[in-house]
Amino acid sequence: MTLDSRIPSGPIEQKWDRCKFELKLVNPANKRKFHIIVVGTGLAGGSAAASLGELGYNVKAFCFQDSPRRAHSIAAQGGINAAKNYQNDGDSIYRLFYDTIKGGDFRAREANVYRLAQISVNIIDQCVAQGVPFAREYGGLLANRSFGGAQVSRTFYARGQTGQQLLLGCYQALERQVDAGRVLMFPRTEMLDLIVINGKARGIVTRNLITGKIESHLADAVILATGGYGNVYYLSTNAKGSNATAIWRAYKRGALMANPCFTQIHPTCIPVSGDYQSKLTLMSESLRNDGRIWVPLKKGDKRPPTEIPEEERDYYLERKYPSFGNLVPRDVASRAAKAVCDEGRGVGETGLGVYLDFSDAIRRLGRKTIEERYGNLFEMYERITGEDPYKTPMRIFPAIHYTMGGLWVDYHLMSTIPGLFVLGEANFSDHGANRLGASALMQGLADGYFIIPYTLGDYLANTKLEKVDDSHSAVKDAEREVTVRIQKLLSIKGKRSVDSFHRELGKLVWDYCGMARNAKGLQYAMGKIAELAEEFYHNVNVVGDGNELNQSLEKAGRVADFFELAQLMCRDALERNESCGGHFREEFQTPEGEALRDDENYCHVAAWEYKGEGQSPVLHKEPLRFEYVHLTQRSYK
Amino acid sequence: MKLILHIWRQKNQASPGKMVRYEVEANEHMSFLEMLDVLNENLIAKGEEPVAFDHDCREGICGSCGFMINGVAHGPLPNTTVCQLHMRHFKSGDELYLEPWRAAAFPVIKDLVVDRSAFDRIIAAGGYISVATGSAPDGNAIPVRKQDADLAMDAAQCIGCGACVAACPNASASLFMAAKITHLGLLPQGQPERKERVLKMVAAANRELFGSCTNIGECEAVCPKGIRMEFIGRMNRDYLNASFTYQEEKEMAGVG
Repeated sequence: MTLDSRIPSGPIEQKWDRCKFELKLVNPANKRKFHIIVVGTGLAGGSAAASLGELGYNVKAFCFQDSPRRAHSIAAQGGINAAKNYQNDGDSIYRLFYDTIKGGDFRAREANVYRLAQISVNIIDQCVAQGVPFAREYGGLLANRSFGGAQVSRTFYARGQTGQQLLLGCYQALERQVDAGRVLMFPRTEMLDLIVINGKARGIVTRNLITGKIESHLADAVILATGGYGNVYYLSTNAKGSNATAIWRAYKRGALMANPCFTQIHPTCIPVSGDYQSKLTLMSESLRNDGRIWVPLKKGDKRPPTEIPEEERDYYLERKYPSFGNLVPRDVASRAAKAVCDEGRGVGETGLGVYLDFSDAIRRLGRKTIEERYGNLFEMYERITGEDPYKTPMRIFPAIHYTMGGLWVDYHLMSTIPGLFVLGEANFSDHGANRLGASALMQGLADGYFIIPYTLGDYLANTKLEKVDDSHSAVKDAEREVTVRIQKLLSIKGKRSVDSFHRELGKLVWDYCGMARNAKGLQYAMGKIAELAEEFYHNVNVVGDGNELNQSLEKAGRVADFFELAQLMCRDALERNESCGGHFREEFQTPEGEALRDDENYCHVAAWEYKGEGQSPVLHKEPLRFEYVHLTQRSYK
Repeated sequence: MKLILHIWRQKNQASPGKMVRYEVEANEHMSFLEMLDVLNENLIAKGEEPVAFDHDCREGICGSCGFMINGVAHGPLPNTTVCQLHMRHFKSGDELYLEPWRAAAFPVIKDLVVDRSAFDRIIAAGGYISVATGSAPDGNAIPVRKQDADLAMDAAQCIGCGACVAACPNASASLFMAAKITHLGLLPQGQPERKERVLKMVAAANRELFGSCTNIGECEAVCPKGIRMEFIGRMNRDYLNASFTYQEEKEMAGVG
């Protein structure tokens, strides 16, 4: 298989315009003859479904939550980047492009990233027009703040709830199309398989989560916007329901999975407090604008933070990275936190934590300003920990937050299965080996509002789509396979709960394929995961049955897929003999402990092809070329 | 700490439900939902069906979770969803009664899970600004007074959890609607559809069998996002104004 990324020719700043002009169009009267399936209603899926409905397509949209408004994009706190240069501080499309390529440690496609930076400005316009209440200055114009990995202020925000406000804008646009009859919404419905007919994606098999009914939905194209797979780690900042089943089923039907080992550890989360813990809570990266990160200079210093004098504190990010300081990218900040904790200088009961201290900022700006900027985050912190961050520093520790890997897509956002498009976090495309803060919202909305409406039309106009109906053998087979899988999970009736397996799997992946990896550990983890999966299929206990709301059954299906995905993540991590961005292989580091890339051998996208049960997946490489941003070792010093 | 829980168990919409007593061992660092996770793990170990409850982000923002704890929506802590409520606010020996949201418009699906799709239909009726993708002017083309933007944001924080309806003796959706109407009505972008919006949303709420507002204030007391009752006043003012003027304006307008 050759991977054709379909990157348009010409200078980088003209590629997208040229592509848009060359794309074939579907005339308005014909659009309503096409049926499109969109799975997931977060920023990517919701904006795609709404925009395609506006264009006149017949859209069916699916989400497992009880309402499209609850997709996990809603939890994004800090903001959304756009190269508006409203601050007159030297920002430009080119700089946003440059920062994103560099932040991603040179493992993303230049052409895709440039397009993302171009579109970023349209996103802000669209959201403002929808009524998203972005923060404003007294003159009535939009406010900005700075974020990790950048030296300009280009982040737009709505207090600490930017994701919520962007998602609600997109949800309202979606509901407008529901009311207009152009989008049919299926909440509490989970996609369990992809239907491929004559090599093209033609539909999905779903389970109605209330009645348990298995159904097929056919269409002319399928769009997956189902988010990332961070919950493979069990403890993550993802919502409890976030899962990889949709993309994993697509992988098993022939879509390639790219860079699965590129996972992002977010540096500022509330530390784990006990083994009952069900999830980790993020504290927005924007806090690093005003908070200073430190640990005691001495090992095992158990004094309360307020009693540790200034000269006995180590503001290690400011010390190691004087020009970016507390605003280094996420992977760098996370690893630095791990390093000081490994040295025994971590804080809190477990020793797995560092301080994020606002006392200087409160002294400088006053409590009121800090309250205005971060009030809701401070409240959230206090609710969870019982400590008041206005008085005592927050304790934070890195946690899994985002997955840069995902299904491989070309410049048109189409996977290796024709007619299967993948948007947002579910694809691998724009963030390389590390995503910069405030870029996930940007990418989700770029894909959904401004890319798929163009590229989908080109596919439909260029493709001969045969008539298919429910009686097709591919439909029947997919339905049967789904039913068999469900029956199997229900029939085991073993001794252990689904969660107990998930927790154990998560610990393995976190310990061996988390913040730092090495060959020995990865090989060990692959063996252990296989053993655990084996036990799962003999000893899991899924109580209840399949024809009703059964949350254990939902979880069981997702965890079964996580086992397989975890194996592929470890395999990919083992194969990539270099460190880059979030993928840190202990064998490959500079004398200062920074990630050491190997551009000669690994400057490529690793895309894995499923070859069947019990067979090893096959690796395909898409070489990455850097014509505009020259390959250099990242430096934030 | 040891807790005694009485939880509403109902197999599905068609079956009758009842309160069932459970005992569970918890600790003060757990969230309320983590305490229920522990209970569920115990039930699964005994081969019993776990208690179904909606939840997703567990950060208080998605609006999935919510049930009554001793008659109070989201439990005793103000401005807090049940997923953000921690057990340190309870003490050993506490006896807690957990029930689903109860409203004609929110039928029970199972145990503590209810159907809140009526909220989606209210938004679909008019809770938006019509702006097709690609047609927006520059973000800074229309300045918005900071005070208006801030107040709009206060209202826009609604997470659509339904606590306001559950707490209201009339099962009114007024606070939910008022939040959206206030948010969009304060912004210049929301003006063209302002009258139509309020009329359509209120009509939709009536169709869904939500009750009317009688200014009791239970909604504000339980709202996890601190949405204020004064927004209902803004909605009523918009509604009254629109009721008197919208039809006439429509008739006076050009043929389009």
